[in-house]
Amino acid sequence: MGCALEFRNVTLGYDRHPAVHHLDGKIERGALVAVVGPNGAGKSTLFKGIVGVLKPLAGQIDLAGLSPHDIAYLPQAAEIDRTFPINLYDLVAMGLWRRTGVFGGIGRNERATIEQAIAAVGLTGFEDRAIGTLSGGQTQRMLFARLLLQDARIIVLDEPFNAVDAKTSADLFALLQRWHGEQRTVLTAMHDIDFVRTHFPETLLLAREPVAWGSTPVVLTPENLLVARRMCEAFDERAAECVEPAA
Amino acid sequence: MFDLLIAPFTEFEFMRRALAGTLALALGAGPIGVFLMLRRMSLVGDAMAHAILPGAAIGFLLSGLNLFAMTAGGLIAGFIVALLTGLVARTTELKEDAALATFYLLSLALGVTIVSIKGTNVDLLHVLFGNVLALDDQTLLLIAGNASISLLVIALIYRPLVIECVDPGFMRSVSRAGGPAHLAFLALVVINLVSGFHALGTLLAVGIMMLPAAIGRFWARDITLMIVIATVSGVLAGYVGLLLSFHTGIASGPAIILLAGVLYVVSLLFGRVGGLVRQLFPGRHLEA
Repeated sequence: MGCALEFRNVTLGYDRHPAVHHLDGKIERGALVAVVGPNGAGKSTLFKGIVGVLKPLAGQIDLAGLSPHDIAYLPQAAEIDRTFPINLYDLVAMGLWRRTGVFGGIGRNERATIEQAIAAVGLTGFEDRAIGTLSGGQTQRMLFARLLLQDARIIVLDEPFNAVDAKTSADLFALLQRWHGEQRTVLTAMHDIDFVRTHFPETLLLAREPVAWGSTPVVLTPENLLVARRMCEAFDERAAECVEPAA
Repeated sequence: MFDLLIAPFTEFEFMRRALAGTLALALGAGPIGVFLMLRRMSLVGDAMAHAILPGAAIGFLLSGLNLFAMTAGGLIAGFIVALLTGLVARTTELKEDAALATFYLLSLALGVTIVSIKGTNVDLLHVLFGNVLALDDQTLLLIAGNASISLLVIALIYRPLVIECVDPGFMRSVSRAGGPAHLAFLALVVINLVSGFHALGTLLAVGIMMLPAAIGRFWARDITLMIVIATVSGVLAGYVGLLLSFHTGIASGPAIILLAGVLYVVSLLFGRVGGLVRQLFPGRHLEA
């Protein structure tokens, strides 16, 4: 199998304050991992570290030879300017960047791929709609179509099912399963513990420190969840320098 | 009709030059203005125009009303301000607008200081208001060259520029091209302002960028069409503005911008996309 991602004593944070503290571990290639934890647990911070937006304060994130640009990343709050005059088709087509780059043309093959991606998220017929006229759920479907086109080996999704109705999240989760089946590595930040229990084989429970990591039923025990909930969210302004020796 | 619309240009060479200069200016400035507007940087052009003024003034002080000295001074000042702004906005907590405000004001203060140290009471009317009716060969070539560069570079960086506008986070996650594209775009803003100040002066140079862009927004939902409409309305304003100036004796620069203003008000009222009349009388709602 080989591992797709390895964390070596990774600490990520802001202004020297750790938001993810001493994370060690590997994610196998093709794994479907839920990252669970209370608000402020460091889920988004961890993802920013993986995709290279945030440099670790200490430790390394090993992408097994991939560049952060090879990871498809859906942030929690996409920075999309919804007033921009562009239609759904063109926005989805951006997903082909890795194939086309700055100058590459979009020919018949590419157009067929784009149409398939739009069909796969159930938005056929919406191609010409301005992105500002889409509902929240439709926007999320559109972003998933773009992720499909990115054709990435590692896919990182930050709370992709928030504010999305049951039908849409079921449809979108089917895409996650498809990626899982294609041996892509998928990391997803989740809040819905019951959903994680029934759908994700592997879970990382994070509360700044990693609380537990492994097979979902083993990780999501009442004891572990209680530990996670007790995490203190505020940074200590007078915290001393962390001297825990590197593992 | 011929006398009114065509004759001024066939009879007078300075009108032909003015027309050529204005058309080149409008062609280059159209797409730039649309991107400035879509990036919510409409006033950035104005600030940049202030930023290039001291550079041009220094060039003027050093070598008189010399096209190259003034252009080089303006370009250097503009590029420095654009570059510093881009760097500060991308590396610190300061947003683009705040970073630009600090640097253009510094540039302006520096320029005024240099002028006052020199102590000459120079006539900078040319820089302030330009003169589209007195374009010599060099200036015309400069404007045409800048317009060509603009169109070419916009074509080259179009994809990263659009993605950077719509979804900067996505751009960062797939490529490093967003930053360079943005800086190249700022450079285009500067060279177009330099063109503009020769024809319309620093104070109105921004007008030929922003008014057509705003007009385009009222007629198109798609960026391509928006750019086309903006450019065409800039060209139209230039042509009719020159005629207006010729027949009535109004100064040509303001006449062009005022004409663009008329087109803008018409668009504001009757525009297909969000025009006021449409908003007031939207018609009955549809079935589905």
